[in-house]
Amino acid sequence: MAGLTGRMSTVVKAKVSKLLDKAEDPAETLDYSYQKQVEQLQNVKKGIADVVTAKKRLQMQETTLQQQVVKLDTQARQALSGGQEDLARQALERKNVVQTELQSLDTQVAELEDQQQKLVDSEQKLRAKIEAFRTKKEVIKAQYSAADAQVRISEAATGVGEQMADVGLAMQRAVDKTENMKARANAVTELEAAGTFDDITALGSGEDDIDRQLKQLSSTSAVDDDLAKLKAEVGTGGPPAAAPQISAPGEGPAGTPASAGPAGGTAVADEEGQAPAEGGQE
Amino acid sequence: MIVRISGENQYRLDGVDGRVNELDNAVVAAVEAGDEQRFRGAYDQLLAFVREHGAPLAEDELEGSDLILPPPDISLAEAQSEFTGAGLIPD
Repeated sequence: MAGLTGRMSTVVKAKVSKLLDKAEDPAETLDYSYQKQVEQLQNVKKGIADVVTAKKRLQMQETTLQQQVVKLDTQARQALSGGQEDLARQALERKNVVQTELQSLDTQVAELEDQQQKLVDSEQKLRAKIEAFRTKKEVIKAQYSAADAQVRISEAATGVGEQMADVGLAMQRAVDKTENMKARANAVTELEAAGTFDDITALGSGEDDIDRQLKQLSSTSAVDDDLAKLKAEVGTGGPPAAAPQISAPGEGPAGTPASAGPAGGTAVADEEGQAPAEGGQE
Repeated sequence: MIVRISGENQYRLDGVDGRVNELDNAVVAAVEAGDEQRFRGAYDQLLAFVREHGAPLAEDELEGSDLILPPPDISLAEAQSEFTGAGLIPD
């Protein structure tokens, strides 16, 4: 059979016979095979540990991003109660981006769960085969002089060898997926370490301005805080004149890496034009 | 005939070699055509046939398979690399 299945079968058989060729004496073959099997079982355990580690790392990032969401939400509220609707909008935009990232992390964590489960199943199956092989090995050794010993050894070793190849494949796929996600997790960590989510938020370096402005806003408006909060709860903007004058200048042109973000950039610019007008209306 | 579905189980099937061969050929044709959807459908059919007509081997049975099917969630790209020689099985 030369199809997909045929090709796969050939490859596996070649690998198994390669394994068997390494020892010539039947007893040696048995012990060597068994030793290889146990090694493979250890490898699977290591593989599972790797997947779990990668998964935990993603989960930690999820926690960080969840905190980010809360922080941005708070900042948006503060901005709004300070009458700075444009800033509030920007904070909400960033929050949105972070939430999207969170969803993507959810998917990845689920994917790793799946890989983990597959490896655990594989490990269990391989363990059962190895156990069967160990029993059979002793039986074959005892009947060593029997004419068909070689055939039986070959059969038994092929049965386990195939399972090993199967586990090897499951591991390989798990490793590939894990590596992909590690690379991604690293990228997010680097962005976090840099103190920005530039590439993600598409707000460019103006983001630092936003942070600064939001900070300034929360400190300058501290006096009116209670009142502003109350107004914000009710739904509309904060104190009119009390709103600190910190809006536009920094963020608009802050476009260096803003090339990364088309929609966000323009929305921000538009908002700046409108915000003062709205503030004035109150 | 013993057929292994990678990452799943081994199955014992009797007297259906011809049908398995046909289904396998359909998979190959889909892979060669580079048609993801067709490949998915053909491969799922092959898997379903083996699961339906085969009796799973016990965990402690040590038998080599006559046929080995790639993992059920294999992608078209992976199936293609299987043909171009890179192969799915690591050393």
